[in-house]
Amino acid sequence: MEATNKQINNKIYWRDYVKDIPKNDYFFFRSCIRQTFFPGAEQMFLNILKNNLNINYKDDPNLTTCTGIGYHSDIIPLETIHTIVARHFSLMNESGYSNFVISCVTTFGVMTEALNTWHEFPETLEKTRENLYKTTGRTFEPPKAIAHASDIIYLYRNEIANQLKYRLTNQYTGEPLKVVDHVGCHYAKIFPQHGVGGAEFPKVLSEMVNAWGGEIIDYPARRHCCGFGFRQYFIKESRGYSLTHSQTKFESMEPYHPDFIITNCPGCNMFMDRWQYVIQETTGKTYSEDDNGIPVLTYEEIAALLLGYDPIEIGLFMHQTNVLPLLEKLGIDFDKEQFIAMRAESMQLQPQM
Amino acid sequence: MIPIEEFYSDPRIVENLNACINCGVCTALCPAADYYDYEPRYIERVVLSHDPVALEELMSSDYIWYCGQCMSCKARCPRGNAPGVVISALRYWSQKTGLFAKSKMGRNQVIIKQTIGQNLYDFGYCVHPSKVTHEAHPEQGPVWEWVFHNQKKAYSLVNANIDQEGAGPVRKITDKTMEEIHSILKGTGAIDFWDHIEKTVADYDNNNKNK
Repeated sequence: MEATNKQINNKIYWRDYVKDIPKNDYFFFRSCIRQTFFPGAEQMFLNILKNNLNINYKDDPNLTTCTGIGYHSDIIPLETIHTIVARHFSLMNESGYSNFVISCVTTFGVMTEALNTWHEFPETLEKTRENLYKTTGRTFEPPKAIAHASDIIYLYRNEIANQLKYRLTNQYTGEPLKVVDHVGCHYAKIFPQHGVGGAEFPKVLSEMVNAWGGEIIDYPARRHCCGFGFRQYFIKESRGYSLTHSQTKFESMEPYHPDFIITNCPGCNMFMDRWQYVIQETTGKTYSEDDNGIPVLTYEEIAALLLGYDPIEIGLFMHQTNVLPLLEKLGIDFDKEQFIAMRAESMQLQPQM
Repeated sequence: MIPIEEFYSDPRIVENLNACINCGVCTALCPAADYYDYEPRYIERVVLSHDPVALEELMSSDYIWYCGQCMSCKARCPRGNAPGVVISALRYWSQKTGLFAKSKMGRNQVIIKQTIGQNLYDFGYCVHPSKVTHEAHPEQGPVWEWVFHNQKKAYSLVNANIDQEGAGPVRKITDKTMEEIHSILKGTGAIDFWDHIEKTVADYDNNNKNK
């Protein structure tokens, strides 16, 4: 009987991966990659909090990088990243907040790892306190709750669904749009208990898609990394590593004819957008029947689009893989001429209506 | 000379290296193993051996530089190991001891220092729009090239605050904040670490330029 109980206790239960997500009062932490390549996405997250969900947040200009890209590219020592993370928590303490909400999946991984290390090795927490005080005169306490920004949109997916102007439906066929979800590796692969659904069945994005009327595609390479690889990408001679893994995913999802890809990681979004362009340029291959390629959007961009925000203000003109076919499928009412003109200008082409 | 005691006290080693049962799950799902002749399982085996000669050989080789840090291995290992985190410790100690200079891929760390390190020192960001040039990043494509040359217009359309003080995307980080960041980088050893990477690679290049 005892053995049976032990066996039961060793099972992995779904409830182990249902995380507590703070409901209000967020101290928002931006992403280096998102700010650079898709800055409108972060702005839309804050717009949705303020205008659609009536949620209070702090966007502190004194925050900086978390140095996570440097850490995973191996130029930032452990003590350095711990102290930088501690400075961010100190700023949160100063502003009176205790719920730390993070835009970047790399930062989310870095912060959950720091909190875990401080818990498992208390001497590292003491050393971090000492380093922070010595270098900045600051003190800090860790946050009461930590969440990725996609957790917040997941939490409020039904409230958002109630306000949607459009749904994930193909206006020409009336069918649900077919969607590939790509969850960034560091969201749940490092600490599965910090991700909605854990590492094996992450549902943070798929439940948004379901709530907003779309249909999720399950495909063989669904959990495969986008291929960022940190130093593998930043060093030109190994950049093929990154391309190869995105290509693996495109080849695997192609037979299921996705209408778009939704991501929660700034890097994944950029790579899956850009590598389709590279593959098209070098081999002529595209992964959609219309030869456009598969649009790649973040969850904030999708939420904002469906809520009726303007595609240009969302920043969809900054995507390399053209988003226009998706806007048309969704039946979005927008200034198409302006969008096409901007696209033509950036592609150095004559506008074609 | 690897400081064996310090290496095995690194929290990344203590926390992520339990007895490996050689099941090969990490290797089967590892993206780096798909791309390179690489097995994270081998990393675990060498580090678990506590053999200083094998460890030095590993830290001097390209082998530790193949991992892409996705941490897929951590999610699936039935023993709770994380070869990807062990790699972080191996790479740190390889650089600290100078062994990285014996590896071509290791010497590329100087590129990371001069790009990512410089960005975060100069701007307070690991990545900054002004540094993603077409020459360095042709894969970014024509839309990015247009954004790069029309930054004020592009960023203002999405209400970003590029290079301006105040809150918002790609805002200018104030001098006071940068002083704190520089103080942390210096006080926690990052600046010395970077100088050491550059000097070690320069010494290697000088010693090998006529070979």
